[in-house]
Amino acid sequence: MSTSTAAAPPPLPATRLADTLSPRRLMWLRFRRHRLAMLGLIVVGLIYFTAAFAEFLAPMDPNRAAARYALHPPQSITWFEHGEDGLRFRPSVPFYRMERDRRTLQARFVPDPDRRIYLRLFGEGDPYRFWGLFPASRHLLAPEQPGDPLFLTGADRLGRDVLSRTIYGARISMTVGLVGVALSLFLGVGIGGLAGYYGGRVDWVVQRLTEYVISLPTIPIWMALAAAVPRDWPPLTVYFLITLIVSLIGWTELARVVRGRFLSLRTEDFVTAARIDGCSEMRIIFRHMLPSFASHIIASMTLAIPLMILAETSLSFLGLGLQPPTISWGVLLKEAQNIRSIAAAPWLFLPGAAVVVAVLALNFLGDGLRDAADPHA
Amino acid sequence: MPEGLVQAPAMPAALRQPVLEVRNLTIGFPLRQGTLRAVDGVDFDLHAGKTLCLVGESGSGKSATARAILRIVPRPGQIEAGSILYRGAGGETDIAKLDPGGRQVRAIRGGEIAMIFQEPMTSLSPLHTIGFQLVEAIRLHTRLDRRAARARAIELLRRVEVPRAENAFERYPFEYSGGMRQRAMIAMALACNPKILIADEPTTALDVTTQAEILDLMRELQRDLGMAVLFITHDMGVVAEIADEVAVMHRGRLVERGPVEDIFLAPQAAYSRMLIQSVLRLEEPAPQRAQRAERLPNAPILLKVDGLTKVFAPRKGLFRRGGEAVQAVAGVQLELREGETLGIVGESGSGKTTLGRCIMRILEPEGGSILLRQRDGSVTDVRGLDRAGLRQAHREMRMIFQDPYGSLNPRMTVGEVIGEPLLVNGLLSGEALRRRVGELLEMVGLPAAAAERYPHAFSGGQRQRISIARAVALSPRLIVADEATSALDVSIRAQVLDLLLDMQERLGLSFLFISHDIGVVRYFCDRMAVMYRGRIVETGSTEQVCSAPEHGYTRALLSAVPSADPRRRGLGRRSRYRDE
Repeated sequence: MSTSTAAAPPPLPATRLADTLSPRRLMWLRFRRHRLAMLGLIVVGLIYFTAAFAEFLAPMDPNRAAARYALHPPQSITWFEHGEDGLRFRPSVPFYRMERDRRTLQARFVPDPDRRIYLRLFGEGDPYRFWGLFPASRHLLAPEQPGDPLFLTGADRLGRDVLSRTIYGARISMTVGLVGVALSLFLGVGIGGLAGYYGGRVDWVVQRLTEYVISLPTIPIWMALAAAVPRDWPPLTVYFLITLIVSLIGWTELARVVRGRFLSLRTEDFVTAARIDGCSEMRIIFRHMLPSFASHIIASMTLAIPLMILAETSLSFLGLGLQPPTISWGVLLKEAQNIRSIAAAPWLFLPGAAVVVAVLALNFLGDGLRDAADPHA
Repeated sequence: MPEGLVQAPAMPAALRQPVLEVRNLTIGFPLRQGTLRAVDGVDFDLHAGKTLCLVGESGSGKSATARAILRIVPRPGQIEAGSILYRGAGGETDIAKLDPGGRQVRAIRGGEIAMIFQEPMTSLSPLHTIGFQLVEAIRLHTRLDRRAARARAIELLRRVEVPRAENAFERYPFEYSGGMRQRAMIAMALACNPKILIADEPTTALDVTTQAEILDLMRELQRDLGMAVLFITHDMGVVAEIADEVAVMHRGRLVERGPVEDIFLAPQAAYSRMLIQSVLRLEEPAPQRAQRAERLPNAPILLKVDGLTKVFAPRKGLFRRGGEAVQAVAGVQLELREGETLGIVGESGSGKTTLGRCIMRILEPEGGSILLRQRDGSVTDVRGLDRAGLRQAHREMRMIFQDPYGSLNPRMTVGEVIGEPLLVNGLLSGEALRRRVGELLEMVGLPAAAAERYPHAFSGGQRQRISIARAVALSPRLIVADEATSALDVSIRAQVLDLLLDMQERLGLSFLFISHDIGVVRYFCDRMAVMYRGRIVETGSTEQVCSAPEHGYTRALLSAVPSADPRRRGLGRRSRYRDE
């Protein structure tokens, strides 16, 4: 009877779907059940999609200024029109006439009931180079007569389209987060991994360094670093410098997470088993340890992106980050820095709303990923 | 003769009525796909002065049943049907119908029915002294003033044999040992003279000698106070030691209920027969051991450990004061012959795991030698090997770990896990590797198709089989098995042990088998070494050590092991060992 075990293998448990799936797939299934996180994923996806196809999606060239449309109010689209043959798809916006108050000489925009601006899907508009490569001039929505005013969310002080500028701003603001987090990830995993894997003295030094960096008051440090950037550098260089500055602060949190995971994994039985199996240090780190906390890293990264976005926004808002003509949400919000614009043109806050939506969506996404990666945390 | 078994002839009718009647208890956990019936139509009675043992393997629903009586079933579980009729001072109450957060339930909970848990550290507040918590429990259910409550608390601590009760009153839980904490928990449970005591695996986390003391205490208290006890355990030895009546649970159903002798000597249900049999089988030495008994003394010595020492030095840092160094392994000497199994037994903290890890050089020993005989007859000292040499040595000596959940990388398929040592040592790859993994899986009793799955799809016993397959993949000669069967249910444990014996015969393996479970060692090991505080106090053939122990500690340890036979209960006086 004692030898019967090897002869008669116990059957595998009844095949449940979950049994044949990889841990990553199970994580995705758990994530799918997290409604808020799915919403976050969709919103984040849409924002990045918008940023990628900004030239096509923006109705206008974000830098086209026209003094006569300064602080033009938002126009609302009417999609259908009554014609002789019933209801017809023909999008249009009202035309606003500018009037001046006779006494104060203040400009006022009043809708002109006799004139409408008709719009066309995939119409010709301001020319652009798509991704800086291919010349084109089609826009998702453009006025039939090129040059007609189309300000779906109003115009700014110089008569530029706020919607177009916000769409273009997503490009810089959302990638600052990505690039910054990528740099932070590199620094954080490297430094934290070093500390966690070797432990002892290395760990002590790295821990103190991390604490030192965390103790630095962020805004003054950013100010100092940003002030060191020469004014006459091209916008692209400034952009990369700003991401670098932002990530120099951002790596600490990731380094701590990575260090903790390394420390706890180092004593796991399966890591000891791998060592006895004859695995090299590199194989232990990259084949056994990193995969088991890759999902945690992705989750903490997702939660770090909004911090980066906020950092860029605050820097630019303070006038220390990116400078016009570069367009980012922070730069745009600088326009709304005074009381007068709040009173006269509240639509200038659209980039602020975009920041809120993006940051919230990323936070929901990150929370969902973290819960899915570690259901017991 | 245990007190509980004596039937008092002239018991008043009121006493003979059960204190608690559970009928058709059904507990469901709503899941995404339908409801999981954790407990399905369970009936039993509790009588004053009697102990009912609820036995079953993990996941059988025994804890959920106990928690339902106090209405603390963890969410989202809920009682779907059945009644829990409690006969207390205030007449009959159906606990199943009460509001789980209501006043009535709270009065019963702790006041009339008390519960103690497996891990006392998590049920005691770490921020308050034991005395404070006791006084609080007493005052919650009685009208005693502070001073009287304090006196009662100290009396209770004395009652549960906590030494120097006045001092112990002022101490915090972390200053207590595991056994003392469990005593304090019992004192707290007794604070209001409960009619029923529910004990959920109260001795599972304790060492065997401490377990024996706690069981003695519980039996004594029950005799004096006349409580009804519901004792939940998976350990049939404990059942044989303490039960009057036994209820066997399997997958949420009660498969058998009856007096303890009937269950052990004439089990009716197939499941309880299997359970008892797998326990009784471990009482005897494995048949394979008798066959090899003659040739073993002539076999060459495979491993010879001499003077092995390991000290855990306190960590010293810039701002840290050093503590005291702990000598975990103090000059251990042992020998293992080819094809032999040496059991190393000892309680937690005796240094047996550290010893195993030092021999494998997962930990670096400070002194001594680990001589391993090579296949060609030459002898190498594992302690002096460099990295490359150690890598070679690790192909000869492998390890099996205790925790079947932590020892397999959850991100790798079973095939990758088993193939890993073959791959990284450059022995096999590609199709040949896949075929070899399939063979190994079949050798340990799993289908070759299991290679495609991830570890989470397997039960504890199956995972341990995967670990064994990984260990034998390199055709080693020595396997250090550190508590390899401790985390498994008793029926699975016997299967895994048989698998190991089978592998030993086929591959000519030697085992260093580290275990706290004397029963398993008696079944599995040719010789055993008893470890106490980093030293080996006794070595000898298993039969010799078990039947005629020489060292006082060995005697204490053996006498504390519960025997899985209710007729032998309380026979053989227990001896206690106190180090000088």
